[in-house]
Amino acid sequence: MNTRIVEIWVGIFIAAGAAALFMLAMKVSNLATYTNDEGYTITAKFEDASGLKERSPVAMAGVRLGRVTDIRFDNLTLEAIVTMRIESKYNTLPKDTSASIYTAGLLGEKYVGLEPGGDEASLKQGDRIKLTQGSMVLEKLIGQFVSQFLSDDSSDKAK
Amino acid sequence: MLDPIQNLGKSGLRFFERLGRACILFARILGGLHTLIPRLGLVIYQTYSVGVLSLLIIVVSGLFVGMVLALQGYNTLVDFGAEESLGILVALSLVRELGPVVSALLFAGRAGSALTAEIGLMKATEQLSAMEMMAIDPVHRVMAPRFVAGFFAMPLLAAIFSAVGVLGGYFVAVGVVGVDEGAFWSQMQDAVDLRDDIYNGVIKSVVFGVVVTWIAIFEGSDAIPTSEGVSRATTRTVVHSALAILGLDFVLTALMFGEI
Amino acid sequence: MADNNILVKTRDLSFKRGDRVIFDGVDIDIRRGSVTAIMGPSGTGKTTLLRLIGGQLKPDKGSVIVDGENVHELRRSQLYQLRKRMGMLFQNGALLTDLNVYDNVAFPLREHTNLSENLIHKLVLMKLEAVGLRGARNLMPSELSGGMARRVALARAIALDPMMIMYDEPFTGQDPISMGVLVRLIRLLNDALGLTSIIVSHDIQDTLSIADEIYLLAGGKVVAKGSGDELKQSSSEWAQQFLKGQPDGPVPFHFPAEDYADDLLDGKPGRAQTRM
Repeated sequence: MNTRIVEIWVGIFIAAGAAALFMLAMKVSNLATYTNDEGYTITAKFEDASGLKERSPVAMAGVRLGRVTDIRFDNLTLEAIVTMRIESKYNTLPKDTSASIYTAGLLGEKYVGLEPGGDEASLKQGDRIKLTQGSMVLEKLIGQFVSQFLSDDSSDKAK
Repeated sequence: MLDPIQNLGKSGLRFFERLGRACILFARILGGLHTLIPRLGLVIYQTYSVGVLSLLIIVVSGLFVGMVLALQGYNTLVDFGAEESLGILVALSLVRELGPVVSALLFAGRAGSALTAEIGLMKATEQLSAMEMMAIDPVHRVMAPRFVAGFFAMPLLAAIFSAVGVLGGYFVAVGVVGVDEGAFWSQMQDAVDLRDDIYNGVIKSVVFGVVVTWIAIFEGSDAIPTSEGVSRATTRTVVHSALAILGLDFVLTALMFGEI
Repeated sequence: MADNNILVKTRDLSFKRGDRVIFDGVDIDIRRGSVTAIMGPSGTGKTTLLRLIGGQLKPDKGSVIVDGENVHELRRSQLYQLRKRMGMLFQNGALLTDLNVYDNVAFPLREHTNLSENLIHKLVLMKLEAVGLRGARNLMPSELSGGMARRVALARAIALDPMMIMYDEPFTGQDPISMGVLVRLIRLLNDALGLTSIIVSHDIQDTLSIADEIYLLAGGKVVAKGSGDELKQSSSEWAQQFLKGQPDGPVPFHFPAEDYADDLLDGKPGRAQTRM
């Protein structure tokens, strides 16, 4: 086999492999929307942060502004401290913005929803959101409802 | 009475003896990597024979696996009205599991068996002995280039498998069953994480590449130099590689995704 | 170093393969510049002897000294240095099947020297010319006949201008013409290049015609040695049986077995052959 042809094929192979990796990174995964070191972080204390994970979305008015980067337990207040990174272009969030933990859809994942307040000043790096509402107690009811709904559904199927 | 116990002990000893020889070979290959610098041409040639020649089967299999995933996934998800999530299902299955595992199994069958047969026949026809007598270490000249080629080719093949599979899933999801194109991609991008999913998938395929190539080279160099010995070694390569891939996949998955 | 004249010296060489004793105290001296033949019935470990000399196998006891160095006490790198000065011709040539004739002969040169391709080209053609196969340089090993493959392997073995060449059964399975060619080549190369040659063979006529000294091995020991004429005159039964090709003698016709009558009367049928 001609060395030149072998080398050309290996070149094509490596290029195809690199292109595949590039496609996986850009098109399949979230790299394109990765905002790693840009932006500023804010924190919020929640009574109940169950269901929330690192990398859960942070949204206002249905638009994703950033992601949860850290969830920790506060020994003093016995609450959850949630750290969020907000993209730097969203720098006009009022200081008295409130945060709640919502569920996307009936079964979807948890996200932090922000509601704007009326303050003139804006949230900055390291600021804390004071008004918060954790995962709602109602959720437990929904959970019961959902499990009942699911078991009905599956027994229907079994028939 | 004691015969079964003796047999067990005997096969146990033989297993560890072979494992020991395999480890020595592995260490000698690693120790000989520096000799490859002036022999880059050999690595390129071997990349051709283990990588490029496996390309067709990888692309075709990836395409079909992706298409089947989308079709099966759609039939299940549509019951819950969650067919928009088809992209997540296809991409996560491929990137985390099927890409590395299936392409490694195909690699073991396509390239691993060829490596074993080639090295086993070189041994049977005394080519390896002849090299030793020419003061050329076959570990450096024959095995190290093949090992490096396998090490590089496997992750590339797995990435190609996953990428083609996602495309296959896309054709079925968007083209055949009519999932919304935007939802397909955006849900996928939201759920697939670069570090957690893609990197870990690549790490898996690197580990599989090393293990399969190692097994293949070892079985070849350890083959009994007869036609029967080489054929048995080839079979062992495929069987042991498959077991190693599936076993290691469990361990790696537990390490990578277990704690979430 | 009283005997600087001796290139290869084995002393009390013993080697076992499993429980089978291959060598049991073999002493062989091979003089520089000579063609020495190691002969013996099949299965006496003649090839094993070459591998012991080349350091590919380790003896259980005894020593092999090549050019003043004890082969089995050398480190790997030293052994490889020594091997550069040894050539070995394997039974079937052992050409690298993925390289053509030219590249096979150039292989040791490219691996061990930094010569320019230009110079290697000249050297390879010289070596191929010496074995008469300059015209076959572009053929692949699979396109060569057995005799041609051995000649190419010979050209490869002399590529680095070694001090000695070991021939493993060079005459087996050759037609009379290629046999004659090989016999002539071995003698010619030995004298022209000042080599030392060790031939392992059981082909009596052709080996006797070129060997200066012959060692006859049987049962793990040297049973006779000397020049061809000396052996023919030898009173050793081994030598007589071997040289005349008698079916029975000190080397028995039968593989060791229990008593024939007992075996037949025993009545235990052998296991059926289940595999091909």
